[in-house]
Amino acid sequence: MGALQSLPGNPEYLDLAEKTGFSFEQIKILHKRFKQLSHNEEALQRDHFNAIPDLACNPIRSQIIEAFFDRRNFRQNGEGIVEEIRFEEFLLVMSHFRPPSLHKIEEQRDSVRREKLKFIFNMHDTDNDGTITLEEYRHVVEELLSLSEGLEKDTAKSIADAAMLEVASISMGHMEPDEFYEGITFEHFLKLLNGFEIESRMNIRFLNMDTTTLCK
Amino acid sequence: MAELRPARFRRSCSLTLTGFMCVLLLVLVSVVSASREVVSGNNETWRDPDRETQEDPHHQTNSTAHKKAFPVLSFNYDYVRKPFEISLWILLALLMKLGFHIIPNVSNIVPESCLLIGVGLLVGGVIKAIGEEAPVLDTKLFFLYLLPPIILDAGYFLPIRDFMENMGTILVFAVVGTLWNVFFIGGMIYGVCQIEGAELGSVDLLSCLLFGSIISAVDPVAVLAVFEEIHINELLHILVFGESLLNDAVTVVLYHLFEEFSHAGTVTVVDALLGVVCFFVVSLGGVMVGVIYGILGAFTSRFTSHTRVIEPLFVFLYSYMAYLSAEVFHLSGIMSLIACGVMMRPYVEANISHKSYTTIKYFLKMWSSVSETLIFIFLGVSTVAGPHAWNWTFVIFTVVLCLVSRVLGVIGLTYIINKFRIVKLTKKDQFIVAYGGLRGAIAFSLGFLLTNSEMKNMFLTAIITVIFFTVFVQGMTIRPLVELLAVKKKKESKRSINEEIHTQFLDHLLTGIEDICGHYGHYHWKDKLNRFNKTYVKRWLIAGERSTEPQLISFYNKMEMKQAMMLVESGNTGKLPAIMSSVSMQNIQPSAKRRAIPSISKSREQEIRKILRGNLQQTRQRLRSYSRHDLMIDPFEDNVSEIRLRKQRVEMERRMSHYLTVPANRQETPPVRKVCFEPEHQVYTYDDSESPRGQRALPDPSPPDALSLLNEPSQRPNQSRERRAKVPEEEQDQLILSRCFSDPGPNKEEDLS
Repeated sequence: MGALQSLPGNPEYLDLAEKTGFSFEQIKILHKRFKQLSHNEEALQRDHFNAIPDLACNPIRSQIIEAFFDRRNFRQNGEGIVEEIRFEEFLLVMSHFRPPSLHKIEEQRDSVRREKLKFIFNMHDTDNDGTITLEEYRHVVEELLSLSEGLEKDTAKSIADAAMLEVASISMGHMEPDEFYEGITFEHFLKLLNGFEIESRMNIRFLNMDTTTLCK
Repeated sequence: MAELRPARFRRSCSLTLTGFMCVLLLVLVSVVSASREVVSGNNETWRDPDRETQEDPHHQTNSTAHKKAFPVLSFNYDYVRKPFEISLWILLALLMKLGFHIIPNVSNIVPESCLLIGVGLLVGGVIKAIGEEAPVLDTKLFFLYLLPPIILDAGYFLPIRDFMENMGTILVFAVVGTLWNVFFIGGMIYGVCQIEGAELGSVDLLSCLLFGSIISAVDPVAVLAVFEEIHINELLHILVFGESLLNDAVTVVLYHLFEEFSHAGTVTVVDALLGVVCFFVVSLGGVMVGVIYGILGAFTSRFTSHTRVIEPLFVFLYSYMAYLSAEVFHLSGIMSLIACGVMMRPYVEANISHKSYTTIKYFLKMWSSVSETLIFIFLGVSTVAGPHAWNWTFVIFTVVLCLVSRVLGVIGLTYIINKFRIVKLTKKDQFIVAYGGLRGAIAFSLGFLLTNSEMKNMFLTAIITVIFFTVFVQGMTIRPLVELLAVKKKKESKRSINEEIHTQFLDHLLTGIEDICGHYGHYHWKDKLNRFNKTYVKRWLIAGERSTEPQLISFYNKMEMKQAMMLVESGNTGKLPAIMSSVSMQNIQPSAKRRAIPSISKSREQEIRKILRGNLQQTRQRLRSYSRHDLMIDPFEDNVSEIRLRKQRVEMERRMSHYLTVPANRQETPPVRKVCFEPEHQVYTYDDSESPRGQRALPDPSPPDALSLLNEPSQRPNQSRERRAKVPEEEQDQLILSRCFSDPGPNKEEDLS
């Protein structure tokens, strides 16, 4: 993560760097972006996110924005939703997308995996009860397909149902006809995406290089 | 006792087989050479009888005493000579390949390519011993007929996602790595040639560089042949394989460059600059040619819904034309072929029928397999046949330098590349990449193209030695090394719907985060490309409603179809699918009310139904007249295992109802035969075409049974209810089945696509 360079006049960066693992360069760039987004205010609100034009054509836009205001992603084991976030929280959420360093030992890599998968789990589990129910999963698939026109309503539902069936099969194996599968817990979720290699896929390259190209 | 006999039987079987193969080999070889001899030597005698018999009618009036008996059996080998020999060679090659896989244990230790080269050596040796001239790996034959199928097969099934994600790395390895190899090997060999006492003083720098350019390119055929069998993880596979494909442009340019200049004698800076420009023209031009043909192919496939039978031909021909067109202009044919396949595939696959897809897949695999086999065998034969000029120093130094430069190149480039990669390449990865740099038949053919000289023979010998070394030594040892180093293997599990959902989800998520960061990175551009593809390109190139189908839906449909077919297959072969979880929809959604079965698009439905029908249905069918343009279903005739089959079908259909959610909301009134299936092992046949009479039910156990095709309950309430009254506990299943399988029947369809 780069050596700790002593930048004069930025003692708070030290604290942030330690908490999130970003380098000073990266924190500086993100701070600039934060100020740009929030029009130089101290805190970001949902409207600021909604104002980003590129985000408009993203089908899961609302879920991404919600993720920024979700206390569970602030690494403090909190819960609930906030209305506005400061730079520290912004950075904490962003830190989930940091690429893992090369020589991580197996445990560290595992914890990185868990962390990233927990982020996605939190995005799916909107009512905060620790499981992804069938309704929530259906909502996920519907959102994903929301931008394609001419889609029949039930297709999304059937896809979600098939997916749920698969999760249940993988996690539970054998169930009696009258048992009820509550929902996907985090452990099931981990098992489900076992082969997914998320630690190498869920990364933003931007955070790897020291670039000052801020478009827009 | 019972175990000994099969084992002994097997051993004696394999011994017999080996013996048989050897005998066959010798027989074929002798036939080939004998026929040659006969034809060339005794042409005169064979032609005479013909002439005589021809002249006979003319001279009949003159020489009645001369009359010859009408030849009942005559021998005219000359007429079929060329195709006969070609077929014989191909047959021999394939029988060898067959033999290797039957003989146990051999194919585990030695990769197939080695065995085939060995066979080629043997055949070449035998031919030489007889004193005949062996067929050599003609360059035109190789580049125009043997190489394209292999490259097309590789390009059409290239994993696009992995390829694009690692494109930068692959390009660096292909371009910079090959350049490094060329100049290092060429330069060092020149240095070696200057050593006194090696008798190599006549070799000048340009010839050395030319030699370097021939020998340094990693060969796709050899890489495919070896890597196919070791199943390493996708990243390494795509790195080595992608490099072997993309370095073709570099090879082409450098080869032509040095060849031109070795005649001219000197190289100026302008020439070098022109070379660089030429490189860009060759590679980008090749890609462009491929893309144009790919788009043409995709566009053509949009209109083939009425002539399904020739669909695969379009794919093959457009790709081959792309290759040839690129070769006309000395552009990189390989890159053109790859670009064509990659471009065409997503659109063609959305347009063509399932059978055409299978045809394309199998034909490509078949042709590439034959080509590969022939290439290796010819390599062996040419080794024995060709003129050799063995020079210890040259050859040994070539082999050593190849290895050294490859290792140095990979290490150096990886150091630079890792600065830009998220997933770094570990030492193990680097080793496999370096070790997988095999040389093959392309190098040999390029060497063969050189103008004849003393140096050419020496070069050829060195090239052959390097090829043999890499294929035999590296090819044989890479598998145990992969095991030893515990390199990650290919992921065996198939893609699940959850992974697909999350792949899409992750793509959108990362695009969103990039937008929030304000950084126009990978995902941003990928997203833009996808949207462009969806709005403009797909509309033009994909027929019908598939053009607006999002990827998740097509994946889901594909998966449903696959599962339906899997169940059908297992039903046909008499085995039920292995492990099926007993979890069903009831466990997830315990709502008492029957949920409305959702719908998928109509044409998809049709396809699924057709597949199911084609495999399950066993109605007594009126035979249609044979037509070359239609694909017919064969009625399945098996009276013996009827009951077993019926039992399996019940099972299968019950399980299928869990997976397949094909509705039949539409009321169809098919005026054709329908068959109703009862779990009580009684079969009733309806014949709607003859009946407004309603309930004509003939118990008819002799035709093997079929799929149940109950119509919508509302249409025939009496019958269905009657039926259902008999089996109340099966009601649910029947309901599901009725929703699932309403079928217009066989007579209506044009072709089973």
